[in-house]
Amino acid sequence: MDNLLVLAFSAFILENIILSQFLGICPFIGVSTKRSSALGMGVAVTFVMLISSSVTWLLYKYVLEAFSITYMRTIVFILVIASLVQMVEIFLKKVSPTLYKALGIYLPLITTNCGVLGVAILNISKEYNFIQMIVYTTFIGLGFLFVIYIFSMLREKLDFSPVPKAFKGAPIALVIAAILAIIFSRFGGII
Amino acid sequence: MNKKDNFVKGLIKENPLFVSLLGMCPSLAVTTSLENAIGMTLGVFFVLVLSNLIISLIMNNKKLAELVKPVRIPVYIVVIATLVTIVEMVMHAYLPSLYFSLGVFIPLIVVNCIILGRAEAFASENKPVDSLIDGAGMALGYGAAIMLISIFREFLGKGTLTIWGDLQINLAFIFNFLKIEPIAMFVQPVGAFLTFGLILAAITAISNNYQNKLAKEVKNNG
Repeated sequence: MDNLLVLAFSAFILENIILSQFLGICPFIGVSTKRSSALGMGVAVTFVMLISSSVTWLLYKYVLEAFSITYMRTIVFILVIASLVQMVEIFLKKVSPTLYKALGIYLPLITTNCGVLGVAILNISKEYNFIQMIVYTTFIGLGFLFVIYIFSMLREKLDFSPVPKAFKGAPIALVIAAILAIIFSRFGGII
Repeated sequence: MNKKDNFVKGLIKENPLFVSLLGMCPSLAVTTSLENAIGMTLGVFFVLVLSNLIISLIMNNKKLAELVKPVRIPVYIVVIATLVTIVEMVMHAYLPSLYFSLGVFIPLIVVNCIILGRAEAFASENKPVDSLIDGAGMALGYGAAIMLISIFREFLGKGTLTIWGDLQINLAFIFNFLKIEPIAMFVQPVGAFLTFGLILAAITAISNNYQNKLAKEVKNNG
């Protein structure tokens, strides 16, 4: 239990997917200008990450390893993720149109989000068991949601600040991300 | 557009990283040392050039193109993923230390937006030779950009520049001369965001300046 707590905490803060592993930077910079869209993107990523990591983990353990074709990992994972995202989209459209309206536009973007593939591969290379994998993926996803939401609030404030002309847009966003990264890395003392 | 323009545009005018902001994740993660950046450049170069060539060959064949068109994105992804797997296996076998220090970012070349972006925007509509040149230019432009970031980060963070394996330039004497320590923050995640942000701001400032100058000249002449 203790181990799982440590795993959850380090996935959430220390190994934060954006601020220390640099996965999913594109949506982090691109979709974080408004709070509502950051929330939508964060929830969609967490959701897809959990589903695709579970499926790829099972597939790796019981198909790729069983037939010793683990070198097919990259190809299989990206195809599975791409088709899963499509399936989630169709499923949401039928079952919950309101949720689809909120998350729909973010789903196609997620296929090429390196966070989703990255976490699926990390789960394999860190040799987690199924429970550890679920905990790790959930908290990585929540970490993404947390950081992108904080970041969107900062960027909403930024619209009213006199930013130097050369820093407008992406550069100032990256500098703010650097400051956030300092704050997050200092939590290391807790463990 | 002639062949030379086609090659050069990826280096500066349409630089994938600094102008189009594509492929940011690896550019932040692997730039802790120059060696990693060079390794990443090699991987991206191989994948981008060959994927552009193969996709352009497929799309220039009328029969194949008709077949592929409705499912072209999955086809591109399979082509790219196959090439990435080759890079992964070759690097694991011949350059194991590089393989482990790049880690998860080698398989993640698959989802690097530059490669799919060039396949869709250029290779699918142009001749194989032009696509090859475009791929080479774009890959070198991306490589130059991540090497620039890594030079700043490694120098400021460790006081060295590692080119390949033991081939290392030690610049610690500059820090000794100034009587300061290297700033370790720059090789940590913080430094990645900061360096990239500052370089991007500098490039924006330079290009703004240049455009203002051009506008003034046009005004004076007209």
